[in-house]
Amino acid sequence: MKKDINKAQQYWRRNLQIIFSYLVIWFVVSFGFGIVFVDELNQFNIFGFKLGYWFANQGSILVFCALTIAYAIRMGRLDSEFDVHE
Amino acid sequence: MSLEQLTYMFVVGSFGIYIAIAFWSRASSTQEFYVAGGGVTPLANGMATAADWMSAASFISLAGIVSFAGYDASGFIMGWTGGYVLLALLLAPYLRKFGKFTVPDFVGDRYYSSVARVVAVICVLFISFTYIAGQMRGTGIVFSRFLQVEIDTGVMIGMAVVFVYAVLGGMKGITYTQVAQYCVMIFAFTVPALFLTFSMTGHLLPQTGLGATLSNGQPVLDHLDALVTELGFASFTEGSKSNMDMFFITASLMFGTAGLPHVIVRFFTVPRVRDARISAAWALVFISLLYSTIPAVAAFGRINLIETVNGADNTGTAYEEMPQWFKKWENAGLIAWYDHNADGRTQYAAGDAFTGRQHKPIYWGTAEDKVARNFYYNQRHVINPSSGEFDPKVQPFANEIYVDPDIMVLANPEIAELPDWVIALIAAGAMAAALSTAAGLLLVIATAVSHDLIKKTIRPKITDKQELLAARLAAMVAILVAGYLGMNPPDYVAAVVALAFGLACASFFPAIIMGIFYQRMNKYGAISGMLVGLISTICYIAYFKFMGGKPSDWLLGISPEGFGALGMMLNFIVAYLVSNLTPEPPKHIQNIVQNIRVPRNTGSAYY
Repeated sequence: MKKDINKAQQYWRRNLQIIFSYLVIWFVVSFGFGIVFVDELNQFNIFGFKLGYWFANQGSILVFCALTIAYAIRMGRLDSEFDVHE
Repeated sequence: MSLEQLTYMFVVGSFGIYIAIAFWSRASSTQEFYVAGGGVTPLANGMATAADWMSAASFISLAGIVSFAGYDASGFIMGWTGGYVLLALLLAPYLRKFGKFTVPDFVGDRYYSSVARVVAVICVLFISFTYIAGQMRGTGIVFSRFLQVEIDTGVMIGMAVVFVYAVLGGMKGITYTQVAQYCVMIFAFTVPALFLTFSMTGHLLPQTGLGATLSNGQPVLDHLDALVTELGFASFTEGSKSNMDMFFITASLMFGTAGLPHVIVRFFTVPRVRDARISAAWALVFISLLYSTIPAVAAFGRINLIETVNGADNTGTAYEEMPQWFKKWENAGLIAWYDHNADGRTQYAAGDAFTGRQHKPIYWGTAEDKVARNFYYNQRHVINPSSGEFDPKVQPFANEIYVDPDIMVLANPEIAELPDWVIALIAAGAMAAALSTAAGLLLVIATAVSHDLIKKTIRPKITDKQELLAARLAAMVAILVAGYLGMNPPDYVAAVVALAFGLACASFFPAIIMGIFYQRMNKYGAISGMLVGLISTICYIAYFKFMGGKPSDWLLGISPEGFGALGMMLNFIVAYLVSNLTPEPPKHIQNIVQNIRVPRNTGSAYY
């Protein structure tokens, strides 16, 4: 029983680590690149876009999609590893 | 076939499909009515979530707002997609494991208090009614366009259609209808966008076409920036809002998205926790298909509008030579022209062509009335022109045009002279967007009343059948109220919706997050937090939106649309302090919190 509780705590801690690292990326591409540093990034030009504008209107969306897909896959694996999958 | 006939065919045809689906999948128990029996596949749920989510505001208004505000509107784009990252990572899996029907269910049970439940019900009703008013308005706008009827009549037709399938089908009917509506919507939005991009840049994808070059050899965005700054507007790609305000608006929209009850309940309909994660990812992918084309549609639309109104030589176009769509929208009351310099030509530049609140035109008489038209050029008479003064240093002429941002998407294919069937398709897509969201919201309202208020609080002894009847009655009343709000809206579509986000952000998001991630959170903290968040946000918005507060008095320069994020912070702080000063939650509640963190043993949604 005690072992189970430890295992559940470990699973939860690993989950929190994953969530935290993904949310850092989420914050940096949107609030960071898209808003706070937008003027600095707008100095650069890629594929006809100002970089800051591109992050705010296109790039952040792409990263968001990648994050949610990666999270679903990663957690699926973590569930099996800790034997808590359904 | 004429454009009118084609539009009728597309819209009536799509309505037929929705009603047939609703009839085939109508709900026979409360479990089916509330969560579609809990057996929806992740892919289908992802599509349904996307349709549920993408409202009249996303489909009709957003491209218009982006078109006129440029970079300043990116908060909507990032906020309305980024919120799904929060949903997928922080909310959906745990709420699914918790396995109840509604958001107040979670709040009421997790905080072991019927007071918390009732506060949550009040928040749900407040948010959903604010939001649904925007949807009804959107339906009215589409109808006023293609049936040539007044907006109010359009609102009533929309009410009737939603009534049929939301009341009959419940969540089960709505889910499968929304899958169909997503398909209609995404097809209707992307096909014209592809056409538009191809005709202007030769690129197939709007996402890359926006960075391409026009036939004159200039990059799209550089050309647009040059066009608008020459006319006295702020640059399209840079905008004029302060970073601080942008930050808060984006945050409010993002956290608000994650706190919207009608989105959260969608994740109760899948069988397992991992399905909730997968369907959140699908939902975001489906949503992004539409959202990532919006900036392109917006930019091309603005270029076309400017070049049509101001003509090739940038001196204006004679009113008689203006294309048909201009006059159609003028008749619908969404475009107006006042000839400030009396040269018979339309000119579009920075500044307001009309005075009064919101600078909207006030027409004299109706569109059909011949006497209510200008003697020289036959345009509709408008009785509130502005002074027509302008600074010749920043722009070449005064602005003479009013264009309602809501019409950008609807008029875009006509402005770009795309084939008739593409235009008809847009009307069907816009209807799908407004109806799918309205239905999802109605369901949340009905459930809050029948399940959380009647079954769980006032009369726990009613049978399943009576509860189902109560849910259907509540949906009917909700439609009537929503219709009234749709006919008398406080601001234009997307702005109304933005208020709902502020409220969701300041009330639900913190309560749910702390319920999952902070075991120590007790009922006193949660209730006081929700109340502080809700009341502060409502007061701020009411003061600056309806009681004449001036933008110079904004707290830290945060506009009312962005205040939700600050309300959310207040909520977190108050909840944390209060819960630490009061006893910790009972043992069995702490066990529930432990339990929802682990996926195994997910039951179907139960009482």
